[in-house]
Amino acid sequence: MRKLPKLEPETAFYWTCGADGRLRIQRCGHCGTYQHPPFPRCSNCGSEAVAPAPVSGKGRLASYTVNHEAWVPGLAVPFVFGVVELAEQAQLYVFTNVLEGEVRIGMPLTVEFEHHDDVWLPMFREDRE
Amino acid sequence: MTLLPEKQVCITGAAQSEVGRPSPRTALQLTADACLAAIADAGLSPSDIDGIATYPGKSSEGGGIAPVSPSEAAAVLGIEPRWILASAEGFSHMAPIFNAVTAIACGLARHVVVFRSVAQAQARIASRASTLMAGARDRVDGNNAWTVPYNALSPINTFALYAQAYFDKYGADEAQLGAIAVNNRANAAHNPNAIYRKPLTLDDYLAARVISSPLRLFDCDSHIDGSTAIVLSHRDAAKGLRNPPLHIEAMGMAVGGLWVGRHEGDFTELPAAHRAGAMLWERTDLTPAGMDCAQIYDGFSIHVWMWLEALGLVPKGEACRFTEGGQRIALDGELPLNTGGGQLSAGRFHGYGHIHEATVQLWGRGGGRQVRDARTCIVSNGGYGYGAMILRRD
Repeated sequence: MRKLPKLEPETAFYWTCGADGRLRIQRCGHCGTYQHPPFPRCSNCGSEAVAPAPVSGKGRLASYTVNHEAWVPGLAVPFVFGVVELAEQAQLYVFTNVLEGEVRIGMPLTVEFEHHDDVWLPMFREDRE
Repeated sequence: MTLLPEKQVCITGAAQSEVGRPSPRTALQLTADACLAAIADAGLSPSDIDGIATYPGKSSEGGGIAPVSPSEAAAVLGIEPRWILASAEGFSHMAPIFNAVTAIACGLARHVVVFRSVAQAQARIASRASTLMAGARDRVDGNNAWTVPYNALSPINTFALYAQAYFDKYGADEAQLGAIAVNNRANAAHNPNAIYRKPLTLDDYLAARVISSPLRLFDCDSHIDGSTAIVLSHRDAAKGLRNPPLHIEAMGMAVGGLWVGRHEGDFTELPAAHRAGAMLWERTDLTPAGMDCAQIYDGFSIHVWMWLEALGLVPKGEACRFTEGGQRIALDGELPLNTGGGQLSAGRFHGYGHIHEATVQLWGRGGGRQVRDARTCIVSNGGYGYGAMILRRD
């Protein structure tokens, strides 16, 4: 069970990009900086030329927690909630569930998508390549 | 430094309502209880109060987190404020205090009552889900949209990431973290208004269930019903009142990216809290070594490590060893910490319990938890926004 994100004008691309299997992150067309969450202007140079750009979907596990508490009835526990530092840029973070039983900080990860209605949730598992 | 706004303002009164889990009294009743008691504590009458402020204001959402507006509180108190503020964003939950300081220093008000009321225990009984981050709508929006779809339904999941990263980078362990909960509980035994006063051992801490690793049950604060109020007065208006005025020696504040879901750093620190700490020490000649006690935000225990380091009370990466064993943070230690039990044992007032406890210590009202000769106290507040103050008694 999951409560899905509302598709908002500036964030919808992130939640729907998995339809073709490729993760997108907002990138500045002027200076090349990625940023997440997306905003209407680049936080580095101020340019409005920000747009979703395909990324590798690879990264490392920056930190994680194993949630044991069933916050709502029917919530399957335990599960791993983690933060991924994407390969494209230092401190470019996205949250996710890590689809592995054994996790460690620094482990290499790769994206896959879990489809619900009009949302493709980016999920990550160990990258064994 | 005499032109800094906080140097113009003193705390002249403070009080708490009864605190329950749950309380049979409504949030508005509890608010009136706390505000009237704080005004009386200052030696003032409601008619002396010309400003009122609160965090965060009133909202029908959020499970009792925002039950009372300053307008309705003013009506119940029978005051006619010319200055009013409800602040849900900004420099942590301390924003109403900082804004009240500015208003007083600018001459917009002389005596301001600032309150924080919570009704989360009542709300939790009605609906546990109401206190979670998912909200009542079918879909989640805003900042929570980045975490709630992954079933991170409580702030603990986010701050557990910080705890795990800190453990990993500095080799910290659960016993070092658990020492905070044990310390706070020992202090709460002497605080009649704390909701948890039964002794807690480190074995009890380690035997409790893991909520979100590495954080356990006693690393979490608790929902309560209650209200805390303080009275801020212009220093000229503070003379001759009932209590010795408590000077706001310095204040520090910062807004971080975490508020909008943008994480900074490597998850072992709260960079914006360091900015708040740096601002704090720029505004005083006092030093970390001169603090007689510390009321450090503990929404989750891990916040204490983050704040101790952000405020320069402990070097980076050393907070875990500072709290280990509990001796240095005990009432007779080098930096008595969360002397009223903190939020872990006295309940979630979003930092207002910490401010109240600072006044308890500086006015010598601590009884069995009194820190000897306490003249200075550092207070910090917030996990998503960041505020800190140094309070001082002559």
